[in-house]
Amino acid sequence: MTHPLLVPSLRPQLLLAATVIAFFGGAQTHAGESNPSPLPLYKTECAACHIAYPAGMLPAASWRNIMFGLSKHFGVDASLDATSTQQISTWLIAHAGTGRKFSDAPPDNRISKARWFVRQHDEVSASVFKRASVGGAANCGACHAHAADGDFNEHQVRIPN
Amino acid sequence: MPPKPRRLLSTFGTRAPLSSLICRSLPGLFALAACIAVLPAQATSPKEQMDAYAAQSGQAPQAARGQEFFIAKHGHEWACASCHTDKPTVEGKHASTGKTIKPMAPAVNAERFSDAAKTEKWFRRNCNDVVGRECTPAEKADVIAWLLTLKP
Repeated sequence: MTHPLLVPSLRPQLLLAATVIAFFGGAQTHAGESNPSPLPLYKTECAACHIAYPAGMLPAASWRNIMFGLSKHFGVDASLDATSTQQISTWLIAHAGTGRKFSDAPPDNRISKARWFVRQHDEVSASVFKRASVGGAANCGACHAHAADGDFNEHQVRIPN
Repeated sequence: MPPKPRRLLSTFGTRAPLSSLICRSLPGLFALAACIAVLPAQATSPKEQMDAYAAQSGQAPQAARGQEFFIAKHGHEWACASCHTDKPTVEGKHASTGKTIKPMAPAVNAERFSDAAKTEKWFRRNCNDVVGRECTPAEKADVIAWLLTLKP
């Protein structure tokens, strides 16, 4: 039996398929899946007010903006001492999202305004995000019960009424 | 707090370290305070911290004044009670993220006011959000005095 790759007429199609998989498949692997266990200091400081958003959900440029502006952090003073700021910044930037998907920093440095986030939540209406039980797009844990552990598996999503 | 390895200061490669940028952007004494006074974790009690603030203020703490301060708005969007509730023996809720906040009253939550650096950090940031400035030592002592009167 002849191997398909050895059939000259099939080669272009295979090459095209491989390219498509590499291009789009590769881009999708960063949808928060680059999710190493968080730096303990990041959890202690940042997860005091919200979940420890996975570092891989924003590009390095966004994390830099956020960490340089902690005294005006989405309307709240979240400033830290210089050493903690430095350590958390270094860790976030080292584990930031990379590749084509993160080539643009989302508006306002918000994960919820990233193109991939909007696309993945396009079946969730704005009114659902506005429910008091949900509390906005930043409150991942309202629907993703294990968000605090970095688990955003869509099969476990339960949207509260 | 663990020791701070100096090597981390060079992890931005050729970029200036974040800490040095922050320090250079701040004026005089404030920069000195902000950049070198990284306080070690100090095990302490709520009463010790209240007494220390009272000593700084030169006034005896007043629980009633602390309650009033905690519940009132001070010309900004939030009061302390907006997140911590006006009965801080119960859980609160972060006004913008919705995250649950453990009770502030030491009688219910023994962790509260057990670390002076942590107390200072939260007073500094939250007073800025609520009052638009740092709280005075007298205000801090009053608030702790009130929280110490609360029982489950």
